[in-house]
Amino acid sequence: MAGLSVAVMDGPEGPLTGWGRTAPTTARLRTPTTAAEARAAVRAADGRGLLARGLGRSYGDAAQNAGGTVLDMTSLARVLALDLERGVVTCEAGVSLDRLMKLLLPFGWFVPVTPGTRYVTVGGAIGADIHGKNHHVSGSFGHHVTRMRLLTAAGEEVELAPGEELFDATTGGMGLTGVILDATIALLPVTTSLMSVDTERATDLDDLMQRLEATDHRYRYSVAWIDLVARGGATGRAVLSRGEHATVDLLTPRQRRDPLAFQPRSLPPAPRGIPGGLLRTGTVGAFNELWFRKAPRERRGQLQRIGAFFHPLDGVPEWNRVYGPGGFLQYQFVVPYGQEAVLRSIVEQLSRHGCPSFLAVLKRFGEGGPGWLSFPMPGWTLALDLPASVPGLGPLLDRLDEQVLAAGGRIYLAKDSRMRPQTLAAMYPRLAEFRALRERIDPGGAFTSDLARRLAL
Amino acid sequence: MMNALGDPQSLLVLGGSSEIGLATARRLVRSRVEVVHLAGRPSPALDAAAQELRALGAQVHVHDFDAAAVDTHETVLGKIFAEGDVDVALLAFGVLGDQEQGEREPLAAAAVAQVNYLGAVTSSLVCAQALRRQGHGALVVLSSVAGERARRSNFIYGSTKAGLDAFAQGLGDSLQGTGAKVMVVRPGFVRTRMTEGMQEAPLATTADAVAEAVVTGLRRGSETVWVPGALRYVMSGLRHVPRAVFRKLPV
Repeated sequence: MAGLSVAVMDGPEGPLTGWGRTAPTTARLRTPTTAAEARAAVRAADGRGLLARGLGRSYGDAAQNAGGTVLDMTSLARVLALDLERGVVTCEAGVSLDRLMKLLLPFGWFVPVTPGTRYVTVGGAIGADIHGKNHHVSGSFGHHVTRMRLLTAAGEEVELAPGEELFDATTGGMGLTGVILDATIALLPVTTSLMSVDTERATDLDDLMQRLEATDHRYRYSVAWIDLVARGGATGRAVLSRGEHATVDLLTPRQRRDPLAFQPRSLPPAPRGIPGGLLRTGTVGAFNELWFRKAPRERRGQLQRIGAFFHPLDGVPEWNRVYGPGGFLQYQFVVPYGQEAVLRSIVEQLSRHGCPSFLAVLKRFGEGGPGWLSFPMPGWTLALDLPASVPGLGPLLDRLDEQVLAAGGRIYLAKDSRMRPQTLAAMYPRLAEFRALRERIDPGGAFTSDLARRLAL
Repeated sequence: MMNALGDPQSLLVLGGSSEIGLATARRLVRSRVEVVHLAGRPSPALDAAAQELRALGAQVHVHDFDAAAVDTHETVLGKIFAEGDVDVALLAFGVLGDQEQGEREPLAAAAVAQVNYLGAVTSSLVCAQALRRQGHGALVVLSSVAGERARRSNFIYGSTKAGLDAFAQGLGDSLQGTGAKVMVVRPGFVRTRMTEGMQEAPLATTADAVAEAVVTGLRRGSETVWVPGALRYVMSGLRHVPRAVFRKLPV
C-alpha cells in the first residue's frame, strides 16, 4: 500500500452549517475526487469520525461533524454510464440533480424525483430519501435507485440492491451507514421541458384539504402553498399548484422548435450581511397577501418552465441569507390520514403564535418506502420556514412535536435541527434496528454527524 | 450538541455549588440538558445541587475539583471531557475575599487571585483545548462589572476579574473559526451567599436573573452579556469618569 497510498487533498478547516445557517461546528474538510481518495479518508478518520456532505441543503446539522472529518463529495461527480434506451443513469454520489437535468432533458429524460431545489447531490438525495411533489404517485427517491455502491467503515466497497438490509438502512440513513460512492437511477421519460400546470386558490384550510383529497390523484405533481400568517377565517388559505409534464401538442409553434430546452435562469445571489429581524409577521404577512392575490383564482393548463414549477427559490442563489445572521429552521412533519384535526390544530397554533413564515407547503404523501429512517408515510405533510429568533419558538415546536407523535406522525430528519432524541426515537420504530446495524457494521463509530450525536441515531 | 435554538444537551459547571451555576443548570435542564457535570470541592451545597438537578431528570456526575489547585486542572477536567462532549462549560467559581484583610495580609490577597485569576486561566485553557478538539461548544466565563474599573472598596477582587475578563476575551478571539466560543458574562452586584450582609450596589440582581441572561446569551450567540443589561451603558459612562471624581463616587 505504501507506494500506492493516496493522499487526499487537505481542505480548509472552517465552521460548517446546514442551509438554515444555525449551530455552526468545525470539521476538517476533505475533498476526494476518486473512490480511492474517499477510501483513504475513511481509513485516516480519527475518533471523531467522518461524514459525507453534498451541497449542504439539509436545513439542520445533518451534514456536519464537529471535530471530525467531513468529505465534500461534490468533486466525486462523474457520470459513469447512461442508457438512453431504457432511461437509466449511473453516476457518482456528488453529481447534482441540476447537472442530471441539464444532461438528460435534451434526451427526453427527467429525474424521477426532485425536491424544491435542484442543488442536491445524488448521495444526499439517497441519504435523506428525499421526496417531491410526485410522492403520491412515484414515492421517494430511494424507490428509483436500482443499485448503489457504498464505502463501509471497514474501508470496503459493497454493491447494494433494493431489498437488502444495508440498502434499506442507507436510503434515509443520513449518511451514517457509510459513504455512497455511486448509484444507478431509473429515469422518467418526458417529451418536453415544460410543465402543464393547474392553479387554484383555496379560501381556508378545510377548502384546501377537500380540494387536495378530491383531485390529487389526477396529477403527477401536486403541492399547495399555505399562508400561515393569515388568521381567523382565512387561516390556512392557500394556492394549489398541480401539474404534469407537458406534451408537445400543448406547446406553441415556437416552443416546439426546441421542446426539451432547459436553461434555468437565476437572479443575482442574495447579498451578504442582511440584518436579522427583517422578516416579521408584518413584512411576511404583506408578502403572503400579495402572493395570494397575485395567484389566479383558477387557471388550467398554464405552461411553466421546470425551474418555475419545481424550484422557484433556486432563482435566488443563497436565498437563505434573507433570514440574517440568526439563521432559520424548517419544521416539516407528517401526520397520517384520519388525523386532519391535528393538522388543523397545528396550523392554528402556528398562526396564533404569530410565526413570520413565508409560504408553507402542504402535500399529501403516498405509500412510504422501505428505508428504515425514511420520512414519508401516507398522510399530510406540512413544511414551513421560521426565523430561529422567533420568541418562544423552542417550547412551541416541542409542543407540536408531541402532538405529531401522539397522532402517529413524524418529523423529517433532513429538516430537523432541534428535536429531542426521545421524541425522534418514538417516531421512528425502526431506529433500534438502525442503531444495532450501525453497532454491527461500524463498531468503532467511523461514521457520525452532529445530527447523529444530537439525536443518538 | 447545541441545537439550532442554542439549547445545549450537556453542561459542565466549574464551581458546582455556585448559586449562579445551579440556577443556570436548572434552566438548561428544563430545556434540553441531560448530562450535567458538577465540578467543585466536596460540600453539602454541592451534594444538594446534584440532588436537585437529578430530581429534575438530569444525569448528574460530581467531580472533586479545586479551583486553587491549578496543577490538577488538566487531569481532573481532562477526565470529564473524555466521558463525552461538553456543549457548555460554565466557569462559575470565584471568591470575593476580604478587601481590608487582603490589604493587611498580602497572602490573603494572593489567595483571591489564585482562585479568581490563576485557577480560571488554567481551567479555561483546558476547557478551550477540549472544545477546540470537539469542534463545537461554548465556554461561559463569569466575570464581573467590578473588573470594568477598579474601585477603592474592592480592587483586589476587581483586579482579578479585570484580568480574567481580558484573558477570556483574548481566549474567545483565539477560538475564532474553531467552532468553539467564549461568552463573557458581567453581572453587577448579585444577591448570593457570597455577598450576604454586604451593602447592595445600584442595579443589584439575582442569581436567577444572571442564569436567564446566560441562557439568552447562548441562544443569541452573544460574546458579552451584562446583567442587568442597563449596566452596559452605565459602565460605558463610568469608564470615562476622571479618577479624581471616580474615587469619590459612592459605588
